[in-house]
Amino acid sequence: VCRLLYLLQQETSSTELRTECAVVLGSLAMGTENNVKSLLDCHIIPALLQGLLSPDLKFIEACLRCLRTIFISPVTPEDLLYTDATVISHLMALLSRSRYTQEYICQIFSHCCKGPDHQTILFNHGAVQNIAHLLVSTSYKVRMQALKCFSVLAFENPQVSMTLVNVSVDGELLPQIFVKMLQRDKPIEMQLTSAKCLTSMCRAGAIRTDDPCIVLKTLPCLVRMCSKDRLLEERVEGAETLAYLIETDVELQRMASITDHLIVMLADYFKYPSSVSAITDIKRLDHDLKHAHELRQAAFKLYASLGANDEDIRKKIIETENMMDRIVNGLSESSIKVRLAAVRCLHSLSRSVQQLRTSFQDHAVWKPLMKVLQNAPNEILVVASSTLCNLLLEFSPSKEPILESGAIELLCSLTQSENLALRVNGIWALMNMAFQAEQKIKSDILRGLSTEQLFQLLSDSDVNVLMKTLGLLRNLLSTRPHIDHIMSTHGKQIMQAVTLILEGEHNIEVKEQTLCILANIADGTTAKELIMTNDDILQKIKYYMSHSNAKLQLAAMFCISNLIWNEEEGSQERQDKLRDMGVVDILHKLSQSSDPNLCDK
Amino acid sequence: GWDKHSYGYHGDDGHSFCSSGTGQPYGPTFTTGDVIGCCVNLINNTCFYTKNGHSLGKFVCLPSQSNLYPTVGLQTPGEIVDANFGQQPFVFDIEDYMREWRAKIQSTIKRFPIGDRLGEWQAMLQNMVSSYLVHHGYCSTATAFARVTDTTIQEEQTSIKNRQRIQKLVLAGRVGEAIEATQQLYPGLLEHNPNLLFMLKCRQFVEMVNGTDSEVRCFSARSPRSQDSYPGSPSLSPRHGSSNSHLHSTGADSPTCSNGVMSTKSKQSHSKYPTLSSSSSSSSSSSPSSVNYSESNSTDSTKSQQHSSTSNQETSDSEMEMEAEHYPNGVLENSSTRIMNGTYKHEEILQTDESSMEDSCPQRQLCGGNHAATERMIQFGRELQILSEQLCREYGKNTMHKKMLQDAFSLLAYSDPWNCPVGQQLDPIQREPVCAALNSAILESQNLPKQPPLMLALGQASECLRLMARVGLGSCSFARVDDYLH
Repeated sequence: VCRLLYLLQQETSSTELRTECAVVLGSLAMGTENNVKSLLDCHIIPALLQGLLSPDLKFIEACLRCLRTIFISPVTPEDLLYTDATVISHLMALLSRSRYTQEYICQIFSHCCKGPDHQTILFNHGAVQNIAHLLVSTSYKVRMQALKCFSVLAFENPQVSMTLVNVSVDGELLPQIFVKMLQRDKPIEMQLTSAKCLTSMCRAGAIRTDDPCIVLKTLPCLVRMCSKDRLLEERVEGAETLAYLIETDVELQRMASITDHLIVMLADYFKYPSSVSAITDIKRLDHDLKHAHELRQAAFKLYASLGANDEDIRKKIIETENMMDRIVNGLSESSIKVRLAAVRCLHSLSRSVQQLRTSFQDHAVWKPLMKVLQNAPNEILVVASSTLCNLLLEFSPSKEPILESGAIELLCSLTQSENLALRVNGIWALMNMAFQAEQKIKSDILRGLSTEQLFQLLSDSDVNVLMKTLGLLRNLLSTRPHIDHIMSTHGKQIMQAVTLILEGEHNIEVKEQTLCILANIADGTTAKELIMTNDDILQKIKYYMSHSNAKLQLAAMFCISNLIWNEEEGSQERQDKLRDMGVVDILHKLSQSSDPNLCDK
Repeated sequence: GWDKHSYGYHGDDGHSFCSSGTGQPYGPTFTTGDVIGCCVNLINNTCFYTKNGHSLGKFVCLPSQSNLYPTVGLQTPGEIVDANFGQQPFVFDIEDYMREWRAKIQSTIKRFPIGDRLGEWQAMLQNMVSSYLVHHGYCSTATAFARVTDTTIQEEQTSIKNRQRIQKLVLAGRVGEAIEATQQLYPGLLEHNPNLLFMLKCRQFVEMVNGTDSEVRCFSARSPRSQDSYPGSPSLSPRHGSSNSHLHSTGADSPTCSNGVMSTKSKQSHSKYPTLSSSSSSSSSSSPSSVNYSESNSTDSTKSQQHSSTSNQETSDSEMEMEAEHYPNGVLENSSTRIMNGTYKHEEILQTDESSMEDSCPQRQLCGGNHAATERMIQFGRELQILSEQLCREYGKNTMHKKMLQDAFSLLAYSDPWNCPVGQQLDPIQREPVCAALNSAILESQNLPKQPPLMLALGQASECLRLMARVGLGSCSFARVDDYLH
């Protein structure tokens, strides 16, 4: 190899010889991964890139072919392509040389473009303009590689996607060209890849979700890719792409759900390998297992997307044979990918009240879910904890057993997470848990969370965390005995926090939530006094009564009405005090207000 | 779907019904404003419904092999249904669906296992090609092909050439000579085939009307050029639909090769390319012609100059055809057998093709406008009538004969036979079936197959497809023989 590389780099050797060297090296690279590794160790890539500067086309093609073979190997780090900025622009220039340079360069790009950084580099070097016309090349290989290039360039990249819609080749816009490549008599690979391009463009907002090319072309094409007749890899890619396409659009979800019995078709994904062959061939088994995992996670993902918004679809999914069992099994799979997908699917289905009460309960879904939550990586935790949020809703029968299995502790620890989404989910779940809960649960939550942590959360930079924490407080402070109990132990801190928030720069919703907490406190028997003795707070309530926002006025009114409620002991004194503050004048004003809600109070 | 032998998809519950009152879950429900489609695939006997352009997936309970009729059931009074059988574009992309199936069928055909045992398939293909060339008398092409593929030709060279010559005569409209040549070369053939003879004679009569047959041609000293009106090449290949043009060009190619063979006798300069392909031999012979052209445009020059003067005016394709016409000429020069020369000069032979270019010229007259020729034609007509009566006595009535004769004679009833209800007979294309029949008869008399295996296979394929269509096998609609004849 060293000798070959030496000869290759020797300017003095004839181009024929150098070409032959590149060809031999290319053949070596075709071998095992170890071959490629040792070639990389010999610094073959810089040598070949150097070779591209040669004026001889045959030699360039040989170098590119060899580079292509090396770069498509999984052991080659993609970054090697981007170490020298001039390489990309030189490759772009070589695109015009011959159909072979076109094919190899596109192939290199499509394998080496991982993530937004690479996409941006290639995009800034004019990849879109340089490659677009290759889509109408006479060579199938060139067309296919160019198409693949676009599918990786546009993937989750709005900038590229928005550009693509307006590019035209020979008077035809790229979306039209992609649609032509979707035709059913085209090779499957081509259909699938162009569907991916269109999907990326649709998700980026470059194509509307109700555009016929999505609704009548891309979506049916992707559903076809999920059919049993397709290869395993195609089924996996098809399902994943479709899941991505319909993830956020309920109309597309509805259409996909009725197309070609997709929901039933996906159930087949779990039937691989069909027969458990005798464990004679370990390699084969390993291969089967890998495919089985891929298939299952793809199916879960697609189910998750399908059931994201529509109750009827969720029902259909759950009614599919053994669906809940499959999800439950999926939750305890060894493969992280499958577990994640299964949790996502479960999360999507857990948005259904009916299912929470029936199938979720029947299958004791909470058990494996709680297990997943122990020591799982963050990405799983995020989804699993939001699923837990749904399972902890007041009407969910799973609430009790989940509590018993130590959920409070777990959720409290989540609120301390670095990860914002986990903090939100943690506090959200606690909030749900506290809703109309028993005294004991509430105290457990407070104890588990500790007041310090509670204040930490109240000063969290994220509005969502703040809102859910306030929500938790509000849920904790409901029903009179609970209010009095909590206020007697934590009253001081809570009042402090409330003052802080009302004084701080927060949006209307936050303030409203805070005023509602005050209203709850005012509902307490003993807790009332904490407000009545706090002139600062009373002034604030008065201020919000004449606030321009009706919601805030309403919330403040609640406070007042709770404070002056007639049937309670000492109500007269409180009324007097408030009258002294001039509240009555404001009430008079409000009673003439146009808002009927306010008038009623 | 509730009644016997009925199948349906209900809008109220989205269930499918198969001749029973209980349904199976099938698709979504549908209501006012929805477009519901039903697609029956006759290839794999499946069916699926569509809603607003979306395929709802396989409809399970379809019976195989039965006639289905589209039906729509309505329940509420005043309901309105619009039916679309394709008069408007469908919402569902049926074209795309058909494309997929066409591609599927065609790839099945392409990948059909042949079970090749050690080159047997190749040998068979070679034999098909070779026998086709021999059958139609593309003598030199066949020889060249045999040499390249290392195969042998069953029929003798001279026999092929004889047939070729006779066919050429028929296609040129000179049926009388063709009959003469046949009688000379294959004595007894026509006597044993009275039907064939009658057909030839009828054709001869038509050609007399046309002014192309030699019996009337000899009278017309005036404008011999306008006589022959066979358009295109004098190729013998049968026509099958769109494949026409291509087969014609092969027909044009092969006689060019025979020209090459001829040249070895006549011109020494060509002898080193005895087996070259048609294109090179035509170019080698056309290069001297272009030199000569300017010198001699008139038809009265030496023979070699005539070659050039005519061939130079043609496109390269028809140039080859011209060379083909030289063939009898070459025989005439070198072997002094004067079979071909007959009663007219070779200028006329040479000009036949050129005249085909003037075919559109409307100045066509009965028997070439010659009075003596007309008389000869009428006399021939009488002979034909007698022959017909004689045949009738010997073999009984033959409606086919009667029709042929009637059609032929009807031509005389019109002032312009070319533009009359039976004028189609005068179309040179009508010579082809006659020519093929004669060729087949000759081959049969030599104990050779009367049809080349290639044509047999083609015919079989077409017939097979027709049979498939009759028994309702859908895949035949995506496998047309024409698709494979380019």
